[in-house]
Amino acid sequence: MEILMSIVVGILFMSAVYLILSKSLLRVIIGTALLSHGAHLLLLTMSGLKTGAAPVLTDGVESYTDPLPQALVLTAIVISFGVTAFFLVLAYRAYQELGTDNMEEMKGNESND
Amino acid sequence: MINLPLLPILIPLLSAVLLMFFPKRIKAQRIIAMAGITGTIIAAIVLTAEVKANGIQTLNLGSWPAPYGIPLVSDMLSVLLVLTSSILTFFVVWYAMIYMDESYERFFFYIGVMFLLTGINGAFTTGDIFNLFVFFEVFLIASYLLIVLGGKKGQLRESIKYLLINVISSALFVTAVAYLYSVVGTLNMADVSQRIDELGSPGIITVIAIFFLIVFGLKGAIFPLYFWLPGSYSAPPIPILALFGALLTKVGVYSIMRTYTLFFYHDQGYTHEILAVLALLSIIVGVIGAIAYRNVKTIIIYNIVIAVGVILYGVAAMTPAALEGAVFYLLHDMVIKAALFLLVGIMIAIAGASHLNKMGGMIRDYPRIGWTYFVAALALAGIPPLSGFVGKLLIVQGGFETGDMVGPLLVLLSSLMVLYSAMKIFMNGFWGTPKEYHGAKAHLANRLWVPAAALVLIAIAYGVGSEAVYPFIQMAVEPLIDPAVYIEAVLKE
Repeated sequence: MEILMSIVVGILFMSAVYLILSKSLLRVIIGTALLSHGAHLLLLTMSGLKTGAAPVLTDGVESYTDPLPQALVLTAIVISFGVTAFFLVLAYRAYQELGTDNMEEMKGNESND
Repeated sequence: MINLPLLPILIPLLSAVLLMFFPKRIKAQRIIAMAGITGTIIAAIVLTAEVKANGIQTLNLGSWPAPYGIPLVSDMLSVLLVLTSSILTFFVVWYAMIYMDESYERFFFYIGVMFLLTGINGAFTTGDIFNLFVFFEVFLIASYLLIVLGGKKGQLRESIKYLLINVISSALFVTAVAYLYSVVGTLNMADVSQRIDELGSPGIITVIAIFFLIVFGLKGAIFPLYFWLPGSYSAPPIPILALFGALLTKVGVYSIMRTYTLFFYHDQGYTHEILAVLALLSIIVGVIGAIAYRNVKTIIIYNIVIAVGVILYGVAAMTPAALEGAVFYLLHDMVIKAALFLLVGIMIAIAGASHLNKMGGMIRDYPRIGWTYFVAALALAGIPPLSGFVGKLLIVQGGFETGDMVGPLLVLLSSLMVLYSAMKIFMNGFWGTPKEYHGAKAHLANRLWVPAAALVLIAIAYGVGSEAVYPFIQMAVEPLIDPAVYIEAVLKE
């Protein structure tokens, strides 16, 4: 299972890199979303997937699943959700103001104060 | 006072929350923001005294014993950085109250600054590697707000790049933490250090070390990851730029300093060698940028890259003298960069443009500003007895101790170039033929000078009084030289 997950993580990272390198701003944002998905999945996989009982103390259970990565991944998901939402709004506003969503045209050469 | 380490994080957080209730009432915003920062400074001073008297202070949040809960660890390094950040924020906000248009102040400027301070102080204080990530996000999200505030075309364009870079580096941070966790199975920084040592630092740790270097290097703007910095930092207005330039990159530098002395000190021949080379390359690239450009903002921004290089060279050398120098220079650089940004901000306010070709002869009408800038420029380059000198001296000394001849010479040579780039602003901006100036904010120049001059004064005091500061620095370096000091303090119970 961990091997499968690692492959999925790899595919997510790969697609993310491809999308981030494209010119359209929206694709870039989807790419960052995929990138953080990949990172989160990796975080979840790294401690080993379900190795024992639920991490609640009960009689007769010796091995428990490590609950820490799940707590971490929740935190990370919330953060990346907020940032992605902000990024989308920023992209929309920039599109309105600059009249383009092409990264190529956003290089910006004139000096600004 | 068991919760003391928490106060410098809690006070700005609570004031930010309080400020959110009435964002449009500027007077109340100003008063509460200033009160919040003052409270933070007082808490930081008390904390510094406490650490000086009783050694490293730790606080286990939620009373979960280490290594299970999240600890806050205030060693001397972290409290000195917290104190410096809080003081800087005080003066920058003071400057901003004069400089910023009302439209900024009505749109969450103070709230953004308070959250920024929360995140920065938290990142300096936390003793948990994942919590470090969370505090990074806190100040990054605040910085996203601040960089885009105003919504000018250039700002929107540059903030997209800034956001993209930081989102990528955050994803890499999570990945790096995941790798680290899979190897050591803990997140408490002291415990991580101990486990790595017990495991005998397997090869994978070196890989993780480089991973962390990439993550923190992106935030701290080292070569070759600094490319976003000049563009993004030139977008926001001067007070925000001063905050970013003085504080944000330094958090990255602090994180490298912490992880490379606490976690990754086993394979120094590899990791620290890479760090040293990258640091020296940062210095070279920064120098080229600082000399090549004639835009005052860009010149000082490239000086950030140089300073990051100098500090990290000290960290890479890993001798006591070099580390002392690195800490000394880190604190100096935070103060002097903020002061310089505020001073060139006044020049821009007078001239209404940031290019040197549009400036000249300002010393005739603004002698005080001119001479303050002159002193600040000397301090930046490290002319004794000003504040940059001691730090650089120790770094160079430490570099020579390791037997490296090229590095220290490069650091010394860079001082000369830094002096040239700073004097370029002085000679072209303040000397020469006076020009007609039409800056919309020129009438504010003398009021803006006060907080900037206060910062320069602090820098002078820091340099002249380095004898008095030295015991603090020495104490700050102890856990860096010997991780056992840090581990002992955190895992004592």
